[in-house]
Amino acid sequence: MLLTIILLPLLAGTLLTGWSGALPSANFRRRTAWLAATVTLASMGLLLTQAPAVMGGATVQSFAPWVPEVGLNLGLRLDGLSLMFALLITGMGLLIILYADSYLGKDDPVGKFFSTLMLFMAAMLGIVLSDNLLLLMVFWELTSISSFLLVGYWKHRADARAGARMALAITGGGGLAMLGGFVLLGQIAGTYEISQMSAMAAQIQTDARYPAALILILIGCFTKSAQFPFHFWLPQAMAAPTPVSAYLHSATMVKAGIFLLARLTPVIGGSELFMTLVAGTGLVTLAFAAFIAIFKHDLKGLLAYSTISHLGLITFLIGLGSPLAAVAAIFHILNHATFKAALFMTAGIVDHETGTRDMRQLGGLWRLMPWTATLAMTATAAMAGVPLFNGFVSKEMFLTEAVLFGQSGDWRWLVPAVASLAALCSVAYSARLVHDTFFGQARDLPNPHPHEPPWGMKAPVALLAITCVVVGLLPSLTLGPLVLTASTAMLGQPPPEFHLAIWHGFNLPLLLSMLALAGGVGLYALLARGGRLHQLQSESWFGAVTGPNLFTQGNDRLFAWAGRVTALLEIGSLQRYIAWMLMATLVLAASPLLWGHAPGTGNRPQLPVTVIALVLWGVLLTACAWLVLRHHDRFQSVIITGVVGLVTSLTFISFSAPDLALTQLTVEAVSTVILLMGLALLPRQTPRESSAGRRLRDGSLALAGGTAMAWLSWVMLTRDYDSIAWYFLNHSAIAGGGTNVVNVILVDFRGYDTLGEITVLGIAAVGVLALMDGMRTRRPLVDDAGRHWTFASQPLMLRVAARVLLPLALVVTLYIFMRGHNLPGGGFIAGLITAVALVLQYMAMGQSRTEFLMRARGGRRFVRWIGLGLGIAGLTGVGAFVFGQPFLTSAHGYPFVPLLGQLPLATAALFDLGVFITVVGSTLLTLSTLGAVTSDSAAASPRHNDQGDRS
Amino acid sequence: MSLEFLVATGIGTVTATGIYLVLRGRTWPVVIGLSLLGYAVNVFIFAMGRLWQDAAPILSAAGRVADPLPQALVLTAIVIGFATTGFVVELALRSRHENGSDHVDGHEPGHAPGSRGNKP
Amino acid sequence: MTDVVTQFFSTHLAVLPVLLPLFTAISLLLLGDEGGQVGHTGSRLRRARVISLGSAVLGALLSWRLMTEAANGALTVYPLGNWPAPFGIVLVVDHLSAMMLALTWTIAVPVLWYATGGWDAHGRHFHPLFHFQLMGLSGAFVTGDLFNLFVFFEVLLIASYVLLVHGQGRERFRAGIHYVVLNLVASALFLIGLAVIYGTAGTLNMADLALRVAQLGPDEAALLKVGGMILLVVFGLKAAIVPLYMWLPGTYAVASAPVAALFAIMTKVGVYSIIRVHAVILGDSAGLAARAVEPWLLPVALATTVLGVLGALAAHSLSRLVAYLTVASVGTILAAVGLFTPTTLSAALYYMVHSTLVVAALFLLVELVASQRGTVGDKLQPAPPVAQPVLLGLMTLLGAASVAGLPPLPGFLGKLMVLQSAAATPAHAVVWAVVLTGGFLTLVGLARAGAILFWQVLPTDGQPVASGSSWRLTSATLGLLGLSLVLAVAASPLKRYTDAAAAQLSDPAVYARAVLGQIGTISSVSTRPYRGGEGEVKLPIKGDAP
Repeated sequence: MLLTIILLPLLAGTLLTGWSGALPSANFRRRTAWLAATVTLASMGLLLTQAPAVMGGATVQSFAPWVPEVGLNLGLRLDGLSLMFALLITGMGLLIILYADSYLGKDDPVGKFFSTLMLFMAAMLGIVLSDNLLLLMVFWELTSISSFLLVGYWKHRADARAGARMALAITGGGGLAMLGGFVLLGQIAGTYEISQMSAMAAQIQTDARYPAALILILIGCFTKSAQFPFHFWLPQAMAAPTPVSAYLHSATMVKAGIFLLARLTPVIGGSELFMTLVAGTGLVTLAFAAFIAIFKHDLKGLLAYSTISHLGLITFLIGLGSPLAAVAAIFHILNHATFKAALFMTAGIVDHETGTRDMRQLGGLWRLMPWTATLAMTATAAMAGVPLFNGFVSKEMFLTEAVLFGQSGDWRWLVPAVASLAALCSVAYSARLVHDTFFGQARDLPNPHPHEPPWGMKAPVALLAITCVVVGLLPSLTLGPLVLTASTAMLGQPPPEFHLAIWHGFNLPLLLSMLALAGGVGLYALLARGGRLHQLQSESWFGAVTGPNLFTQGNDRLFAWAGRVTALLEIGSLQRYIAWMLMATLVLAASPLLWGHAPGTGNRPQLPVTVIALVLWGVLLTACAWLVLRHHDRFQSVIITGVVGLVTSLTFISFSAPDLALTQLTVEAVSTVILLMGLALLPRQTPRESSAGRRLRDGSLALAGGTAMAWLSWVMLTRDYDSIAWYFLNHSAIAGGGTNVVNVILVDFRGYDTLGEITVLGIAAVGVLALMDGMRTRRPLVDDAGRHWTFASQPLMLRVAARVLLPLALVVTLYIFMRGHNLPGGGFIAGLITAVALVLQYMAMGQSRTEFLMRARGGRRFVRWIGLGLGIAGLTGVGAFVFGQPFLTSAHGYPFVPLLGQLPLATAALFDLGVFITVVGSTLLTLSTLGAVTSDSAAASPRHNDQGDRS
Repeated sequence: MSLEFLVATGIGTVTATGIYLVLRGRTWPVVIGLSLLGYAVNVFIFAMGRLWQDAAPILSAAGRVADPLPQALVLTAIVIGFATTGFVVELALRSRHENGSDHVDGHEPGHAPGSRGNKP
Repeated sequence: MTDVVTQFFSTHLAVLPVLLPLFTAISLLLLGDEGGQVGHTGSRLRRARVISLGSAVLGALLSWRLMTEAANGALTVYPLGNWPAPFGIVLVVDHLSAMMLALTWTIAVPVLWYATGGWDAHGRHFHPLFHFQLMGLSGAFVTGDLFNLFVFFEVLLIASYVLLVHGQGRERFRAGIHYVVLNLVASALFLIGLAVIYGTAGTLNMADLALRVAQLGPDEAALLKVGGMILLVVFGLKAAIVPLYMWLPGTYAVASAPVAALFAIMTKVGVYSIIRVHAVILGDSAGLAARAVEPWLLPVALATTVLGVLGALAAHSLSRLVAYLTVASVGTILAAVGLFTPTTLSAALYYMVHSTLVVAALFLLVELVASQRGTVGDKLQPAPPVAQPVLLGLMTLLGAASVAGLPPLPGFLGKLMVLQSAAATPAHAVVWAVVLTGGFLTLVGLARAGAILFWQVLPTDGQPVASGSSWRLTSATLGLLGLSLVLAVAASPLKRYTDAAAAQLSDPAVYARAVLGQIGTISSVSTRPYRGGEGEVKLPIKGDAP
């Protein structure tokens, strides 16, 4: 039920109007407006069905869980307060729609306007109907977004874009602060349902987190309701179309903050802190804005500041916290909505008809558009608080409260004084508004012949103006009941007997407001004499320290600063990134040792040094030193790297790792071939370009890293350890069917790793193909050392080599492959050897033949081989499924099947065959792609000049 | 002075060299540095099985055997290293071909990114 | 027949998310492609698309099945080669793994759908590589073995190297060098860390490790911490945290849209590994090595958020903006992880799902928008109006609102969870400050970007062209964005799921017993002193069939 009230505009409203606005027909503008109006009426109707009960003091509630885990629920509540606001929202919405229908220009997209308006209306209804704080948050930010879209409606205008961004930043940011406050509140209360919180107000307000929560929430309210010092976004938001200003920025959205204050008064209100902050802020805003308003030359600017001032007034009343102040606040909310909306609409009319809103140009419209003038003056009178108009009644109550407050001693007499001054100012700007616009001489109007607007724009104003008068005359008859229920809901209990009336007899408040009236007129007369007012520029008084200025500057500074910081960090230098990563590693890895326990040399018996070992060690150190110093000669660097690799494999062999040694050697050979082929396309020299500082940095990093690794190795090598290795020794031969434990681990215990590993190999090869796709470069016939780079140049040696090698290689391959499971060897090594042998064989057939074979139809043949190999390995693993066994289970799993006695070796070997084929395919693909890149070796093209990169 | 010491210092030296080369500005030394780091890391993993002489993990009735698991891990690491080496070499080629520079940042020092930074 | 199938699935479900993409990729390789001709869409490509998409959908279904099973409390343990844990490799699908799988495949389908809109023809073997990437991701998420995690890291990395440069072009190769070299160095570090862990704890199985670390003496514990710290750098590079994130914006910004969208999950692999290794194995119950990374993780994560947001503000192009928002979101996730409580961990998991989805969607959206802005592309400068202002505007608004954490979108819910769960921790003040301020600045930055993209349009002559916005591309993007809405509507069940996941992770002992017990070797000490294998070697008796 309550949900429907929100969902109607949220879904039906937005979609219908959006759809209707999207498909133009003869009267689609009118149709869209009517759709919007109908939806609004429907919501309003639903509200009214509930109204009697609510007026009777009942509270309509509905609850549905949404994300109970975080306390976000669809908890809705319709009581007096929300009813009043909801009626205000829908009712005012109707008038605005009516007005906007005539206001919008021919080329303004209506669909966009009305659907956003509907979205906003839904969000507002959601705010006032929510009983769950988080749900309220949802709608709260939704109003920020829709207001962003509506203010930026005329997107081509820079001021509109700026105003929209400012409004979003301030209100949205305030919303985030409020979220913090809400969560704190929820943590304190253990619930997010407002109705439950009210019960535990005392507990909440005594909690240590209460002040923080309060302040955060107040920031949210004050930003939304444009309270000082956050008020400045509101005047900027006046770039919006006037209906938007009238609706969002005077009647409804800016009152959301006030609504929340009222709604939460039973929960967070009543404390000294609350009173000081809220009433204080309200009073300051009230006086400050009222004074500034006098000096605004733009109609909407004046109205904006006047709105701020009136919002301040209401905030002040809520802050006072006395029941009658609450009543006054509620009452003034309604009054202000009526007269201010009316005035915004008139401003729109004036703008619409004369083409300007600048009161220095306007004047004398009284004769040209008497109706509008009359209506406007009525509303203005209400705004100024002239007797017989509704504004007067609520202002009297306001002054009464101020005076009461002032009597309670010490400095408080200031409050009524300031209040009266503010009242005086409001009279003054009202006087100016009327006089400058409708009387005196029409100065230079852009459109010299203004006339009465269409009824669609006048009717809403008339309606509101009449309301001002009627309510002004018979306040208690008209709005009395609504105000009563609303204030009851706000206070949590019925307020003491009060009487809305024009006449309370002669008393101080009356005197004050009379003084304000007289003084206000006087002040304006004084200022206006000789058109002095028109020369004043209120913006210039504060120099640079105006809200918009500070905001824009802050904004720009923020973006600039962010840019500097980012440029400082993301410098796009790989060398720095690597250096940072290594430093991070060293620091992190050292931290537990530095701030904790650092182990030393262990007590594992160490092995005595042998001469060979010492020699190898020497070779290694020399090679490394050589590389550091002479790596600029790239050809040498490859060779020396090979030396290091050789030492590595010798280390493996001498410490009982024949498989590793064998693999390392073969890999070494193939990688060297790849490196050399690659080198053929790169400069032969690395320029010496690192600065001394850079070399020092890198050197120290390298030393630190090397020392760290040496230390780690030392600490590990010198202590014994526990491990799961025993298991493999236990089961390799019996369950794994192989005595070469390493190989059994590879193809069986951890065959899954091997599958992944050959997948990587395959991907890399395919990747190389994709990487080099479309790359054709020319390789110089002769490198700078005069060596020829074509294979054909040493055919004899090669042919011989190949003749000898290929058969030999194939035999070796077969042998190594077969013995793998029990002795060092296996599919991988065999594959590499085969690949190399094949390459040599191809080479032996000469350049062109090689390239034909190696090209292998764009590498497709080798890709197939890779696929085949991976497929065999994978399917071998899948084969186990047939026996209901997990993936990769070797056939050893089932000794109970006598027939499969031979299988064990079979599956493992089949898997290894897959490895073999993948390796051959990948290696050949990599080599062939590299070869294909440099297909024809003509003279070096200037575009790709190796001489170029040498320095 | 023990074999453990030689291995540990050897690993350290190769690592240091690798780091230094990886930090160079041209793709080639970086490639070389990466393969050096590969060697160091492989021996390091292997060393986690501690050092054993004449104890190849080929099961036989008599004799000790070295921890086979690190060896298996190293084999996997070697293959993966082999695959990536092949890839990175060709990536270096392609990048230079496209950017006209074999600097790791794709442009000669002092040239704006994207400019074919061939010095005269 | 049917029960055979159900039997099969119930037995092997855990391994299928790895095998399916593997065999898909193999068959796509065997199918071959058009060869060199870039952009040519022949019959082969059409067939490849059918296979590829079909398999992706199937994979999504499988992963969802796994997630529902996990939700029902199942903890699937799959012993590969039928070797018992911790000796063989086991796959373990718990709440977290299942969720990551589901997330991966759920993103994969729309992204692949988008790619078939034309990107897959801009280079060779896109589809097999895409599936290899999925294989790597799935393998990394389901494995229960630390070294196997490395292997699948390599699978997904090597695939990502190739995918990154897919479509080629100077910028991609330049970024490629950075990305590849950094990750190769990281792989070396990964191996070092693993080696240290094996050398001290003597085991590689995650569950077994979780038990072993508690038994280690001071020396071993200290060394193990060192190994853990090294791994933090490795995972941190993938996840892109301070000071290791600088590669990400440049890389993601130049990657082709579908690849960038898929990469949205890549950073989460890093996050996932950090959770597994540092929040669980080295978590509270790790004895002397407990909470090894606690002094570092939270500060680093918060710094990442701040710098990520600043980068987003500084971005001059939409793609870089999104890339930096990815960094910021990773920071938020890891900050929650770094608080080391089950509730914060649960919040982190929810936020991770959200940010992955929305970032993926945004990367696709960026290209849609850019393709309609003429030469300006995705640069944040005034340009001629886009052809579909309403559609793109609304999509952008939705994505931006969610990533900025505006209610009621998942971004808001995730931040809310982080705020709520952090409130109870000592570091609440700074976490709150960073999360709220970060949200505010993101809002400011996105408002600016949106105003420039859709409002500050230049007058144009003639009708803007809706180039590169086939319904296929649009529907894929809309689908991903729609998932964000689903995440908001169905937030409650997902939160319950992440709560369960966090609870499961915060009790590694139970997890360990489930993994190790299932096979029968409940002996909490799986290791034995290694002394050259004396007495351990067992050989078959002659004549006996092996």
